[in-house]
Amino acid sequence: MVKVRRSTIIDAPVDEVWRFLRDFNAHDTWHPAVAESRIEEGRPVDAIGAVRRFRLRDGGQLREQLLTLSDRDRRLTYCILDAPLPLIDYVASFELKPVTDGARTFWDWRSEFRAPPGQEHALANLVGEQIYEAGFEAVKRHFGQATGAARHRTAPAQSSGTAMQAQAVFLARYGGPEELVWQSMIVPPPGPNEIRVRHNAIGVNFIDVYCRTGYFRMVEPPAPLGMEAAGIVLDVGADVVGFAPGDRVAYACPPVGAYAEVRNLPADLVLPLPDFIDDETAAAVMLKGLSAEFLLHRVHAVKEGEIILVHAAAGGVGHLLCQWARHLGCAVIGTVGSRDKAQRALAAGCAHVILGGEDLAARVDAITSGQGCDVIYDAIGGDSLARSFPALAERGHIVSFGQAARPLDPLDVAGLAAKSATVSRPNYGHYVGTARDVRAGSARLFAALERGILKPEVGLRLPLRDAAEAHRRLESRATVGATILIP
Amino acid sequence: MVKVYTSSVIDAPAARVWELVRDFNGLPAWHPLIADSRIEGNQPADKVGCIRNFNLKAGGNIREQLLSLSDYDYSCSYSILVSPMGVENYIATLKLTPITDGDRTFAEWSAEFDCTPEREAELARLVGQDVFQGGFNALKQRFAAGAMPSAIVRR
Repeated sequence: MVKVRRSTIIDAPVDEVWRFLRDFNAHDTWHPAVAESRIEEGRPVDAIGAVRRFRLRDGGQLREQLLTLSDRDRRLTYCILDAPLPLIDYVASFELKPVTDGARTFWDWRSEFRAPPGQEHALANLVGEQIYEAGFEAVKRHFGQATGAARHRTAPAQSSGTAMQAQAVFLARYGGPEELVWQSMIVPPPGPNEIRVRHNAIGVNFIDVYCRTGYFRMVEPPAPLGMEAAGIVLDVGADVVGFAPGDRVAYACPPVGAYAEVRNLPADLVLPLPDFIDDETAAAVMLKGLSAEFLLHRVHAVKEGEIILVHAAAGGVGHLLCQWARHLGCAVIGTVGSRDKAQRALAAGCAHVILGGEDLAARVDAITSGQGCDVIYDAIGGDSLARSFPALAERGHIVSFGQAARPLDPLDVAGLAAKSATVSRPNYGHYVGTARDVRAGSARLFAALERGILKPEVGLRLPLRDAAEAHRRLESRATVGATILIP
Repeated sequence: MVKVYTSSVIDAPAARVWELVRDFNGLPAWHPLIADSRIEGNQPADKVGCIRNFNLKAGGNIREQLLSLSDYDYSCSYSILVSPMGVENYIATLKLTPITDGDRTFAEWSAEFDCTPEREAELARLVGQDVFQGGFNALKQRFAAGAMPSAIVRR
């Protein structure tokens, strides 16, 4: 005997839903599969024994007989007399119950039948999905309820707690982009406190380059690279609270391994993605935006009226730093490598833009009337800190958060006294490494996105398997806006 | 005869909610009104016929007997043997049903009892709102979709 059971909640009082559903002949007005229906022999629709004869939209003809109708229990039972499918001895019943703490309705729909050997599973799915679930959706729509909510989507069948095969971009060994290889791997079911995520968009960041070269020992090759992605929850491991299959999520944090179609992650480092952020935007902005968040609010809490200098103001993080700092009331000076990028920096809120060939100290001196910059954000590396130092105000703060050009030269700490300067060298993992930091930082980031303070742009989309090309373009400084990979 | 029926939707799979509420001696772990509980005579808490003896945080001792427990139906019935509430023939049932749409739980808690006519409204409110709805609210909060995983709370 095959048993099928589906249930849902309708956002309407139980008496209203029952009035709508108790009419045994009205299903052609609400069920999307039913084209037209009539009661045989002109009997009343609520006469026990009445037979409804109806035609499906796909042409099939059915006859079903009313067996039970109870206004007291809000229950209706019926059986199939004739059908184009081998649903043998099919008896179905549905029942409504009130949800007393919210004037909603619990609707339970179930059936039992026999089926030819081998067809049980397919017929059970057909009845459950195309009759019952499709009916639920139609009735929800009738009562003005949003349907197909992402939260409650069921997981795809292939993710039911079994190992899955997936493609990923592995780092074969530390080195250049040529060390990124496309290969398949097995993704086990999520362990305790883990969720398994299918990626829809993956972010490419300079930190991936530092991992690839071995400058940061965050990944031990051979292993997939990448720290940022957006996608959908396939399934959840034991003890996971707050995520369900079908949830839209994003993350930007170690453990490294985002250059993959599917992966497992600690649930408490993953964020539910609000509806107003699409997957590509999330992959473009999570890591860079969380960086901008801690650089502007926690490494140095910028204040209204401060003068800040942002190197590479048209770059991934630099661009967001300019938009956000401008909104916070700072005077923003940007440095860029080309005239095209200067336009982009100005559009992001820079009051002044300094080109690569210009004398940085002299320009800043002129712009700030000799005062210098209160904060300098620098992700260029090499001798950039030493070259920026003359542009710093007394008691100013240099924040070195990257080395896009080359590793940092040694710094003359004694010389900092010339300006009583502070130098910070924040590590992403120390600011966005715990669940608490991730939640707090992302709350601020999402609010800034929702209010339009940050306007991330996707500059380059490449297939996931072309990650090496994405690295080449990023390192050649040819990219404008964020680079993302699409599985 | 007074009948009370309270129902709610809890945002967690029925098996997980049942794991918590099936423990006839487990009320203090989730119900906000209950201070402590023990099973009399050192019997297992899932032995039908066992008696739980518990104290309310507001004061007051209650003894209830387990009448039925079904891991198949996710349901549990019990009667009150002794309480300060002034009810007689009190039998209650707590039942969970899976909501397949979203893998949630439809929870029902109902009771029937006798009391003096002038106390019917008051007792129906006490049982339906304070005890049943209060318990559902605690479960909803505990299993809320947006709730922080316990790992975060510990940090």
